[in-house]
Amino acid sequence: MVDVPYDAVTEVPPAEVAEVDLYHPRSWWTRYVFSQDAKVIAIQYSLTATAIGLVALVLSWLMRLQLGFPGTFSFIDANQYLQFITMHGMIMVIYLLTALFLGGFGNYLIPLMVGARDMVFPYVNMLSYWIYLLAVLVLASTFFVPGGPTGAGWTLYPPQAILAGTPGQDWGIVLMLASLILFIIGFTMGGLNYVVTVLQARTRGMTLMRMPLTVWGIFTATIMALLAFPALFVASVMMLFDRLLGTSFFMPALVEMGQQMKYGGGSPILFQHLFWFFGHPEVYIVALPAFGIVSDLISVHARKNIFGYRMMVWAIVAIGALSFIVWAHHMYVSGMHPKFGFFFATTTLIIAVPTAIKVYNWVLTLWRGDIHLTVPMLFALGFIITFVNGGLTGLFLGNVVVDVPLSDTMFVVAHFHMVMGVAPIMVVLGAIYHWYPKMTGRMLNDALGKFHFWVTFLGAYLIFFPMHYIGLLGVPRRYHDIGEAAFIPSSTHTLNAFISIMALIVGFAQMVFLFNLAWSYFKGRPSGGNPWRATTLEWQTPETPPGHGNWGKELPVVYRWAYDYSVPGAPQDFIPQNQPRATPVLQGAAP
Amino acid sequence: MAVAIILLLVAVGSVLFHIYSPWWWTPIATNWSYIDHTISITFWITGVVFFAVIAFMAYCVFRFHHKEGRQAHYNPENKKLEWWLSIGTAIGVAAMLAPGLFVWHQFVTVPADATEIEVMGQQWQWSFRLPGKDGRMGTTDVRYISPENPMGVNRDDKHGQDDVVIESGELHLPVGKPVKVLLRSVDVLHDFYVPEFRAKMDMVPGMVTYFWMTPIRTGTFDVLCAELCGSAHAQMRTKVIVDEQSEYDAWLAQQKTFAELSGRNAVTKATYRSGGK
Repeated sequence: MVDVPYDAVTEVPPAEVAEVDLYHPRSWWTRYVFSQDAKVIAIQYSLTATAIGLVALVLSWLMRLQLGFPGTFSFIDANQYLQFITMHGMIMVIYLLTALFLGGFGNYLIPLMVGARDMVFPYVNMLSYWIYLLAVLVLASTFFVPGGPTGAGWTLYPPQAILAGTPGQDWGIVLMLASLILFIIGFTMGGLNYVVTVLQARTRGMTLMRMPLTVWGIFTATIMALLAFPALFVASVMMLFDRLLGTSFFMPALVEMGQQMKYGGGSPILFQHLFWFFGHPEVYIVALPAFGIVSDLISVHARKNIFGYRMMVWAIVAIGALSFIVWAHHMYVSGMHPKFGFFFATTTLIIAVPTAIKVYNWVLTLWRGDIHLTVPMLFALGFIITFVNGGLTGLFLGNVVVDVPLSDTMFVVAHFHMVMGVAPIMVVLGAIYHWYPKMTGRMLNDALGKFHFWVTFLGAYLIFFPMHYIGLLGVPRRYHDIGEAAFIPSSTHTLNAFISIMALIVGFAQMVFLFNLAWSYFKGRPSGGNPWRATTLEWQTPETPPGHGNWGKELPVVYRWAYDYSVPGAPQDFIPQNQPRATPVLQGAAP
Repeated sequence: MAVAIILLLVAVGSVLFHIYSPWWWTPIATNWSYIDHTISITFWITGVVFFAVIAFMAYCVFRFHHKEGRQAHYNPENKKLEWWLSIGTAIGVAAMLAPGLFVWHQFVTVPADATEIEVMGQQWQWSFRLPGKDGRMGTTDVRYISPENPMGVNRDDKHGQDDVVIESGELHLPVGKPVKVLLRSVDVLHDFYVPEFRAKMDMVPGMVTYFWMTPIRTGTFDVLCAELCGSAHAQMRTKVIVDEQSEYDAWLAQQKTFAELSGRNAVTKATYRSGGK
């Protein structure tokens, strides 16, 4: 792993695309709009995801205004509140986080980090983005259709999702399902690209066990997504049929508002199984790229190899596999057979072991490191805290009997925001500060970055940590107004108002970040090609930002793993992966 | 230095918040204190891990932050340490899972002497049904639902005639008697949720779900819906009153049975219907 003789390197079958074979843009349109360059597609994905993510951010403000100061804002009623939570959840989970990690970071980093010229199917990759954009536009259009977007909650549970008691029953739910179907089609095109590129287009010497953990995380998450999204796809198609054609896949015989409906024989719980067979892996589809990226951020900025690389790889793979047999832990109180609880609680808590290994290895990487407290490192530290916090509350909700009182309360909301909202966003932000210089050739402003980090991290922690206790008290989620109940003390309202004010502040800090992105693009300090003095291939490109084809005339050849930092006896505290062996072979190092 | 202190303060602050939080679970009203104990065990184990990891991280930042001339150690892996940490984690996980599964076994094992009662959810109100003198409830079907028969009780079922039907009202339960709560919905998902009971379960149209409990103290408790059920989800409320047996009996005596509520009209219809077949 550390050092392989050149002879061994040549035995790795090359899968090179000659520079001339790439489809080079011939006009402004094919260079910047209908581009087949993975890096351009990555930026298109990222900008689109950020744009729709801002909509979701504004929705969260509106929700918090209602929760913090119920009755004050007459323009928010119960129906709108439900529409806000639904759109906020769906946008954040799928259209922002999934798209950003896989479509954004996946596209940008995979070819560069494995030493490929581009994705293996550039044209399909381009289509992937345009279908994603279409999905986003269809989703956004629901704000303007009669009845507005669906208010069924992001889980879209039938029967209520398609019945008249829920807002958005006319157009909202139909367009939501159509948008999801489009998203999955677009994602599949991109996802196949990422997987095949990792498997087939690695440069010479880039063995699987030399890949940076970023690539491992995105690669594994993509395989999971390719297996999990079809469950959502069929569930969406079946619900569309129930809504439009009157089939009864998920609809039992029922009476709505005194009217006997024509449905009969379907199962609402079947939808929940399909949804969570997708939905639980989805959590890790967001988490695994974050795990991989944060490993690299910590390693680079602590100037130390990631601790236990092989264990980290196997932990990613183990978590990915286990995450397919834990889905019904979202359904402990759904009415499914109670004996399922034994199985799913056991598998769910087992998954804590590889996850804990990852946490230990991150903090052990800091041990005896040379920790540079750069903005990416700060975000990595923020990630560890929020992830440990959110992961540990997962042990409450995964342990079936503990979940019974806590399910459907604000405890759940606090848990999943901490673990798959704040924690992955910490990584996204850290990663943008880390790779922005490669994408633009300029550094982001450091002072604005530190301000952004502290407000975001401390603010988000102050929002979601106390929220657990509102749930422990028993306040249910998805209530636009908790109203009067004997068990709710009035101090809860004060806490809710505090959380809402923090949410506004944290949201504002993101505007500072967006300003930083725009300002630094023009005025930022020039970064050079490798400002963090990192080992991985994307920092060794001949040009910054890298040109189409990434590597100029010759592909890089890889001689070592991705983590040769502070190697004893080396002249610098990092040795790039493509540097031929010159330093002595280490005795006693990892094989 | 400042960063390390802030990280440590986050850990210390979280623990202090936990200790001094005025927001805590409601005083329990059923036999499910086992659930509260399992939560307490989980809080202890996860709390220790949380504090240890963050404090260690803060120490690393304090001790190993960049200074001129510092070089990181080169230390790719440590098999022994990694295995010990894995085993320790597995033990901690088992210490939470074992009591959890033990209590879950109790949760899903309904005692034989539990009285069955029924809760029916619909947008956006609660109805209840109690077995009559024969101790059995009649069968139901959503197809039987009509303005005169809002719970859809089978008119041809003799067990159903003496069932006590409380449409859109409050539920009373006797203290100290185990009850199996049968849950039914006629339209969308609902969830019969009383925070003081700890136990809850979704109500699913097309099937009957259940949980069981023994109320251990008298009082009036809020019933909320815990599964999103549409526009008025937050307003779908009622109360459940746990009474001493004598008060409960007095209340029960005032309630109407299905036969009384549906009157002769229902009997005629039932006869006609069965005759028609």
